Amino acid sequence: MEALLIPFLDATIRTATPLAYAALGEVVTERSGVINIGLEGIIIAGCLGGLIAAGAGGPTVGFLGGALAGLLMAALFALFVLRLKADAIITGTALTLLGLGLTGTLYRGVFGLEGAALSTPSIAPIALPGLSSLPLVGPVFFTQTVMTYLLYLLVPLLAWWLARTHTGLALRAIGESRTAAHAAGIAVDRIRWGAILFGGVMGGLCGATLVLAQVGTFTEGMSAGRGFIAIAIVVLGRWRVVGTALAALLFGGAFALQYLLQAAGWALPYQLFLALPYLLTLVLLAALRGRAEAPAELASHEG
Amino acid sequence: MTEALLALWDGAFGSSYAIWSATLVRSAPLLLLGLGVALAFRAGVLNIGAEGQFLMGAISATAIAQSMGSMGGAVPRIVVIPMMALVGALAGASWAGIAAWVRQRFGVLEVISTIMLNFIALASISWMVRGPLQEPTRIYPQSAEIPGPAQWPFLIPGQRLHLGFVIGLLACGIAWVVLTRTAIGFRIRAVGASPSAATSAGGIAVAGTVLRVFLVSGACAGLAGAAEVGGVTWALYEGISPGYGYTAIAVALLARLHPGWIIVSAIFFGALEAGASAMQRDAGIPSVVVQVIVALVILGVLAGSQRRVIAGAATLGAEARR
Repeated sequence: MEALLIPFLDATIRTATPLAYAALGEVVTERSGVINIGLEGIIIAGCLGGLIAAGAGGPTVGFLGGALAGLLMAALFALFVLRLKADAIITGTALTLLGLGLTGTLYRGVFGLEGAALSTPSIAPIALPGLSSLPLVGPVFFTQTVMTYLLYLLVPLLAWWLARTHTGLALRAIGESRTAAHAAGIAVDRIRWGAILFGGVMGGLCGATLVLAQVGTFTEGMSAGRGFIAIAIVVLGRWRVVGTALAALLFGGAFALQYLLQAAGWALPYQLFLALPYLLTLVLLAALRGRAEAPAELASHEG
Repeated sequence: MTEALLALWDGAFGSSYAIWSATLVRSAPLLLLGLGVALAFRAGVLNIGAEGQFLMGAISATAIAQSMGSMGGAVPRIVVIPMMALVGALAGASWAGIAAWVRQRFGVLEVISTIMLNFIALASISWMVRGPLQEPTRIYPQSAEIPGPAQWPFLIPGQRLHLGFVIGLLACGIAWVVLTRTAIGFRIRAVGASPSAATSAGGIAVAGTVLRVFLVSGACAGLAGAAEVGGVTWALYEGISPGYGYTAIAVALLARLHPGWIIVSAIFFGALEAGASAMQRDAGIPSVVVQVIVALVILGVLAGSQRRVIAGAATLGAEARR
């Protein structure tokens, strides 16, 4: 049993890591009262940005490239939604299509029509001295990549920032009532720009992590709905930082289940497991209807 | 650059073959898909699941064509083709119905549910072509060719334009009349413009209207899937749609959600798809560039029109989604 359990849990953490980056970014965006449905486009931009930058300057530069690509996409979204007052849902949909199309075009443009897989510099897991030799917990939580460890630091930091700092409070105030926040002298649009751009950087990091720490290469459309899944994770995590991180684990598990059940030799068609994360998203969103925890300003977009 | 544009033009309009066997053949699914998306948007339903509904229509039409072919004796064309269309439309409507149901019963944003259903439809087709519908030798991940009577007739000898294109044109015509000249059309537009006003001033049952439009929208997409199998591919395989369902969103928005303009905009994007394939072949420019153009068209429409200008006014605004 343990022979299956440890690889499964290890894969859970590994697949949950990029999801957590995207979802935590979306938490901040949504707490400011804006839903960014274009997260999918941001993630795939982060994938390609990460790949190209890593090819030029190694993995560290790769993560910066992924973050930058996500930032640019989010800036486009913010420009349309905040400046041009375009509908956030349609803009987000267009952003997703733009991301998928642009990355496909650029990838084939840069790497040829066949998209010949190049050797991507990827990062390997690092066993943390001491901690990694703990039974069960060690190989699962402390034999991961740097990006997972950064997350261990980021989650409490972000939770503290949102709950305790002046800017975090202002952000939440905008999400509850834009007009009241404005009346209280908060620079609504400036903070929303910040929240959307932060979501973009995190979405970009999600993409870069996917390429550089999980899959090891780029394929067209490899984001495979993770942007939309991340939005469901935020709902499941009740728009809270720690809750969202835990919800990401659940979805990481849904992705990782493929490996476990295949290894266990189940006779079910593997497509069932491919569909599982999407089914889970649908079911959970339906089960969690009418959550009072949602930022009030989102109400215009949440059913 | 010039070479690429020339290849694009030649591939789309350069010869009678390009027009009748490439551009218009690519436009056929876009007519029905674009119409389905436009109808939904008109009623404030952001159905971006046309891709999945198309795939479910294609799967079901293949299944019915194969089973009627193996029934023994020749089931005539006049029976098989309408059955494929019907079954395809029903499958598309049912797939959309899931999203309509979780929206109305559980308040799940249809943008997310329809996208999730797209991925589930992809997994379904992947399973179908390796399982129940796989060709008899079980080597290739695709279905066997559908039997002769299930292959939709071509319209012009020597060209590949098929019956599905005419059905698409008819559907746009019917939708035009219904939307502008009938009480049903008025209700759809009213619900899209403002659900609260439609209820209080118009006495319109919003939920019922939304549900019916969602189903019709899915039926259009499912029918497009059936027409693609019957008229173009004659078999089911995973890559049967090069993202038609997503292009349809741009088709609908560029047409300002108007059924008449859908025809123009579907042919425009059909030409773009056809031209892009030629461009990839002749000038080495990847054909996914179409997706970039699709996205830019949507953003352009958004930037060029403040939300109120787009037909259906608050259709695309917030109120419609409450």
